Amino acid sequence: MTLHELVNKLHAILPHEAVLYETEDLRPYECDGLSAYRQLPLVVVLPHTEEQIVKILQLCHATSIPVVARGAGTGLSGGALPHVQGVLLSLAKLNQIIAIDSLARMARVQPGVRNLAISEAVAMYGLYYAPDPSSQIACSIGGNVAENSGGVHCLKYGLTVHNIVKLRVLTIDGECLEIGGESLDSAGYDLLALMTGSEGMLGIITEITVKLIPMPEKAQLVMAAFDDVLKAGNAVANVIAAGIIPAGMEMMDKITIHAVEEFLQAGYDLDAAAILLCESDGSDEEVADEIKQIYSIMQQSGATKISTSRNEAERLRFWAGRKAAFPAAGRVSPDYYCMDGTIPRKRLADVLRGIEKLSLEYGLRCMNVFHAGDGNLHPLILYDANQPGELERTEEFGGKILEMCIRAGGTITGEHGVGMEKINQMCIQFGTGELAMFHAVKAAFDPTGLLNPGKAVPTLHRCAELGAMHVHRGEEKFAELPRF
Amino acid sequence: MQQVIIDQYSAVICAAAENKSPLQIRGGGTKHFYGNSSFGQKDILLDTTAYHGIIDYEPTELVITACAGTRLADLEALLAQHGQMLPFEPPHFGADATLGGCIATGLSGPRRVAAGAARDFVLGTRLLDGKGRDLRFGGQVMKNVAGYDVSRLMVGAMGTLGVLLEVSLKVLPKPPFEITIQMPMDEAAAIEKMNQWASKPLPISATCYVEGVLFLRLSGAESAVRAAQIKLGGEELAGGKDFWQSVREQSHDFFQSDKLLWRLSIKSTTAPILLPGKQLLEWCGGLRWLLCDASVGQEIIRKTAKNASGHVTLFRSNALRNAVFHPLDPAMLEIHRLLKEKFDPSGIFNPGRFYSEF
Ligand SMILES: Cc1cc2nc3c(=O)[nH]c(=O)nc-3n(C[C@H](O)[C@H](O)[C@H](O)COP(=O)(O)OP(=O)(O)OC[C@H]3O[C@@H](n4cnc5c(N)ncnc54)[C@H](O)[C@@H]3O)c2cc1C
Ligand SMILES: Cc1cc2nc3c(=O)[nH]c(=O)nc-3n(C[C@H](O)[C@H](O)[C@H](O)COP(=O)(O)OP(=O)(O)OC[C@H]3O[C@@H](n4cnc5c(N)ncnc54)[C@H](O)[C@@H]3O)c2cc1C
Repeated sequence: MTLHELVNKLHAILPHEAVLYETEDLRPYECDGLSAYRQLPLVVVLPHTEEQIVKILQLCHATSIPVVARGAGTGLSGGALPHVQGVLLSLAKLNQIIAIDSLARMARVQPGVRNLAISEAVAMYGLYYAPDPSSQIACSIGGNVAENSGGVHCLKYGLTVHNIVKLRVLTIDGECLEIGGESLDSAGYDLLALMTGSEGMLGIITEITVKLIPMPEKAQLVMAAFDDVLKAGNAVANVIAAGIIPAGMEMMDKITIHAVEEFLQAGYDLDAAAILLCESDGSDEEVADEIKQIYSIMQQSGATKISTSRNEAERLRFWAGRKAAFPAAGRVSPDYYCMDGTIPRKRLADVLRGIEKLSLEYGLRCMNVFHAGDGNLHPLILYDANQPGELERTEEFGGKILEMCIRAGGTITGEHGVGMEKINQMCIQFGTGELAMFHAVKAAFDPTGLLNPGKAVPTLHRCAELGAMHVHRGEEKFAELPRF
Repeated sequence: MQQVIIDQYSAVICAAAENKSPLQIRGGGTKHFYGNSSFGQKDILLDTTAYHGIIDYEPTELVITACAGTRLADLEALLAQHGQMLPFEPPHFGADATLGGCIATGLSGPRRVAAGAARDFVLGTRLLDGKGRDLRFGGQVMKNVAGYDVSRLMVGAMGTLGVLLEVSLKVLPKPPFEITIQMPMDEAAAIEKMNQWASKPLPISATCYVEGVLFLRLSGAESAVRAAQIKLGGEELAGGKDFWQSVREQSHDFFQSDKLLWRLSIKSTTAPILLPGKQLLEWCGGLRWLLCDASVGQEIIRKTAKNASGHVTLFRSNALRNAVFHPLDPAMLEIHRLLKEKFDPSGIFNPGRFYSEF
């Protein structure tokens, strides 16, 4: 089918302005948040209704045209990168909050609704939607489901998978699946879990029912500075050993502290090797008790300086620095590349040391921000895309970091997804049996492989060609030998 | 030594796949009553209890990894030594319940309403598929989005997709302080109140309504629990711990009956359900246990659950059981069939125990 024929067929389904095919109209869709990868699609479609999506899928299915879903395009792994011969299906126009049931604590929303818009809409009931990715003002709830996104509060309140109850999903042939329910569990296999984090590979999510939870009465933050990263890591373990699950627990290393302090003066200690932010939320009594405990644990763990937020403004100021880590990286360097490995927390010091060593080796600076509570590390590699070869070196450096995370018993992605970016590292994280099973799962939903082709799961052929060695959950031959 | 056991299981699976002879996967055999009666004359029993033991547990990582044949009681005792727990309070239904059976049935207890379900705490699994392949999904870390979430897919799959070898679970600290309060009220008011309170930041960790009395468990820091007690009122119950244990394990008087026990999992705000028999409510009204005579038609019970945006399971029955789980609509059934075929191409794992179609 020619482009012209395809556009004509799409015009029969959608109003003219909802079908884009001129190069300048396609340009804004050529990449997601990972701009190192760019590709123009054949066509972009902007449907308003589920019915239109059904027809688009039926058309693509009948004519074997690849379909790539896109929410807000804030993804950091190239998941929404267009396919050169494909249709890019934007869910942005499906942006309605359909129903709010405050007593049952649920909201039914369309996939293009922004994450933060849900919490804003239900605030009047004293409720909110818990997962809060840093991109929450922009990212869509459909994208959150497709990536199983997290936020700084997910140790206590869970990831997307813990906070949704029901989905409507269209398979590639336009068939609608109702997955989950308004009950706390549902009949059959847990397809809700399978769909969450499936990166647009299994179906198009057209409706999401999210769980809402009561806003805590109070939140308070302890900020502790340490002269040694290892001590900060131990402080995290000590908080948990004391039976406390903080609402948030974030760590920044020295270079991050300096970058953000320069950017917005959050009041961070510039002599510190690491700063830990530890938040408590709940009832007034609970928070008062917990903050007292956290304070003394920080003291015992050797903190060089400890401050407790005295009011809401101060709490937000302490957080502001952490939240500005990415823009701050953008200030100190023309480009930065965000990694997303997760490790068992006890391996933090080893992994940070390894990153430092790699940083010297590659001659590239690296800032480390860390969801310390759940072991999710975000190294930000600073580079300059205009210097020939720097992007390639950066990617290689990043790949090494991910391999190190696997060797430490962790994973190549905690919340950003595999997408296009980490497809090679999948060969190291999984063996051929697991990869074959992933392809089989994909085939159960999408036998002809038209949804988001080439992403998330590498072909066995690709892995064989790479010659990458699968590392078994940190169990490695000669594990005792130093590697970084 | 452990690898030898896995190799044995794998050999059993390969032989069964070749002969197309069904395998009944059995842990402690404590949940024998649950699911369709599907045991055929020629079925082979695959006993998972040989593969037991804790593989890794570091309390400050909040993660435990254990073999599927590990007794749930042993696992929980170990956690308790370190002041931690399985937050979903799985029912054991017998001393020999195994971790594998707990995950395969996916059942959760009273704390589910506040803490989450079994599936919410599964981080990774190691399993043997229908070709006897040894596969690992997920991991031992809190956040992991590499590959599809096959681990959670195993939860509640009734052993029809694979033989679980190992499971990694997120664990949590035990709350330092707990009390139970009770207050008499009618059912409609109880449903309304439970849901209203759940919309407020209150430390309610379990709810149960039975025989005209609402029971609430409050958990957390003592100061917070006492403050909530003042807000909520009611009378403190002395034997709170035993009460919740009896709800969790269904040893409460309510459950002592030969009648059929239906489990309705529905939208929590559903008004009182008017069906013959008696009921016990949990999870803010989201879980309703119905004890009734076999003469109450299952059609009407299924319809009631469906209308309440949920589903229903025939949980216990003395008669031969079939179609225990809520029927799936055709599109969903087709996906189930396809997934089953991918994991277990010869259809040997617990055939029929979940749905008669696979
Ligand atoms: C500054 C910044 C900060 C960030 N912080 C965080 C963070 O703290 N935590 C975190 O987890 N992530 C974070 N992210 C990553 C990103 O915001 C999340 O992955 C987000 O969920 C993506 O949502 P989106 O709507 O932009 O999806 P997109 O980028 O448009 O798409 C992401 C993937 O989902 C698929 N998809 C989208 N919508 C659908 C649908 N309706 N049906 C099926 N598939 C669909 C796409 O095909 C693609 O594979 C951050 C990103 C940026 C730029
Ligand atoms: C002589 C005899 C007669 C029998 N008659 C019947 C009968 O009439 N009806 C009947 O239903 N059964 C019958 N059984 C089968 C036996 O009770 C089943 O094996 C039992 O149903 C499975 O154990 P359980 O569910 O009770 O145990 P649990 O350990 O409580 O297991 C619960 C569920 O989890 C699954 N499971 C347990 N461990 C794992 C694991 N590691 N990986 C994957 N899945 C797992 C089980 O298959 C089961 O679905 C009979 C067995 C024998 C020996």
